[in-house]
Amino acid sequence: MENSQSPFEREVAACIVQALNLEISPEAIAPEQSLFQEGLGLDSIDILEISLAVSKSYGVHLKADDPANIQTFSSLRSLAGYVEKNRTK
Amino acid sequence: MLDMSCLATESVMAMPSLPLLSHTGNNQAVALRNGEMVSVDQFLHEVRQLAGQLPDRQYVFNLCTDRYRFLTTFCAAMLRGQTNLLPPNHAEKTLVQMHTIYPDAYGVSDRGMALPTLQILPYPELSNQQAAAQTIPEIDGDHLAAIVFTSGSTGEPQPHGKNWRSLVQVAQLQGERLSIRAGSQFVATVPPQHMYGLESSLMMPLHNGGTLHSGQPLFPADIRTALMEVSAPRVLVTTPLHLRICLEEAIVLPPLSMILSAAAPLNQELAQRAEKAFGAPVCEIYGCTEAGAIATRRTTEGDEWRPLTGIHLHSDSEENTWVEGEHLQVRILLQDTIAPSDEGGFRLLGRKADMVNIAGKRASLAALNRQLGLIPGVRDGLFFVPDDQPGVATRLIALVVAPGLSESAILSELRQVIDPAFLPRPIYLVDSLPRTATGKLPRDTLIGLLGELQRG
Repeated sequence: MENSQSPFEREVAACIVQALNLEISPEAIAPEQSLFQEGLGLDSIDILEISLAVSKSYGVHLKADDPANIQTFSSLRSLAGYVEKNRTK
Repeated sequence: MLDMSCLATESVMAMPSLPLLSHTGNNQAVALRNGEMVSVDQFLHEVRQLAGQLPDRQYVFNLCTDRYRFLTTFCAAMLRGQTNLLPPNHAEKTLVQMHTIYPDAYGVSDRGMALPTLQILPYPELSNQQAAAQTIPEIDGDHLAAIVFTSGSTGEPQPHGKNWRSLVQVAQLQGERLSIRAGSQFVATVPPQHMYGLESSLMMPLHNGGTLHSGQPLFPADIRTALMEVSAPRVLVTTPLHLRICLEEAIVLPPLSMILSAAAPLNQELAQRAEKAFGAPVCEIYGCTEAGAIATRRTTEGDEWRPLTGIHLHSDSEENTWVEGEHLQVRILLQDTIAPSDEGGFRLLGRKADMVNIAGKRASLAALNRQLGLIPGVRDGLFFVPDDQPGVATRLIALVVAPGLSESAILSELRQVIDPAFLPRPIYLVDSLPRTATGKLPRDTLIGLLGELQRG
């Protein structure tokens, strides 16, 4: 089951694809794959767009404190986990 | 402070060397590191310790991501007569490529970076014992302090050398223009190794008696935290994208004295909203990696730019615009077309048709189109820049004629040869491009076609 999306991961994946106008279907984002360089190739501008989308949809304000901690949001699974834990709507 | 910077500008002509920083008291704060103020004495003590540990080489890749460690490495390298190499990114591919051009180089990293072929020193533990009173070192104005690299269309880094005098002069000119007060505390959301970050988040505090925050906050909540850690007068060095996200998330920031924006055009409406929400003037800086900062404007006051003192722009009959200034060794060709105004200011008319600026990176559309055309199976195709939307990071769109190829196949081919910032989002597969008899593709026709494609 590790490589398949949970229902909530599927929802967050759709949110990412829509926010970034990506050329893939939400199902195509492997949950453990990196969203950045070698994986989807997203950059820090994209992660900001994602932060805005999840703040609107779930009331979560992403926090990194430090660019290195962006790892917390480096895969669909880790991002969805964070959002699910901290969501206010 | 302003008087002092004017004096310093004059003395540049006569004196070959310039001080490392402009602070006038040894206890003044140079930086805020992990919530602690670093005094001039402490900073210089650390710079000198670090300088003593660097190997005897000509070039150093300054790979530090913490802004304070980046600054100490930058200064320590200069004390040793070395040049900081500032790569556009820290990807292994980029560094390996650059290392072949600078085989003598080593690196300094505060993130434990390691590469098989490049010697990278981990940023050392430096003694934080009470530092003895330090003298402020002087650096030769002609010393090649840094080489800033931009990534070209295909990602190959392009070098732009910066001597110490030009960096100091721009910092003084910017400080004077923006009325930066001594003691201003700078928080920046942009990295220190790009020209905007280097000038506005490092050199500006260093040469206007300011203090820099060591972090690089990304999300609105982080920006707020960093600004709470410093004290007034606070200067936020940022981009239109960060401003828009902060506004849309309705984050509450502590009182600011100034917001600086660059890297992409800021529109009037966003600037007005930012000034209202954050209670500080929003000033835009216009510049390029080759020349550094060229002009400023307060966006809410109009679209006219005022060049920094001593900078002149000249346009020729071919619509080429050249930048000249005392601190620039050669005149620089701009990638934008401008319209001069009577008062010595100018308006930007647009980019030269072929150039695009995406996510702060520049590329030639012709070069991108060439790469697209080289993909086996692609018969015709082009990259297209959609009209700017306020504060939204523009991404390119591609229209491709490639029977039998999927969007994802084209994308993975492109990924091999162009910088990710220029990857098209989305790619539209079409049967043919609406070329005129002469092979041209009028923008209006393309916009019409895109409208149809977007409606599905």
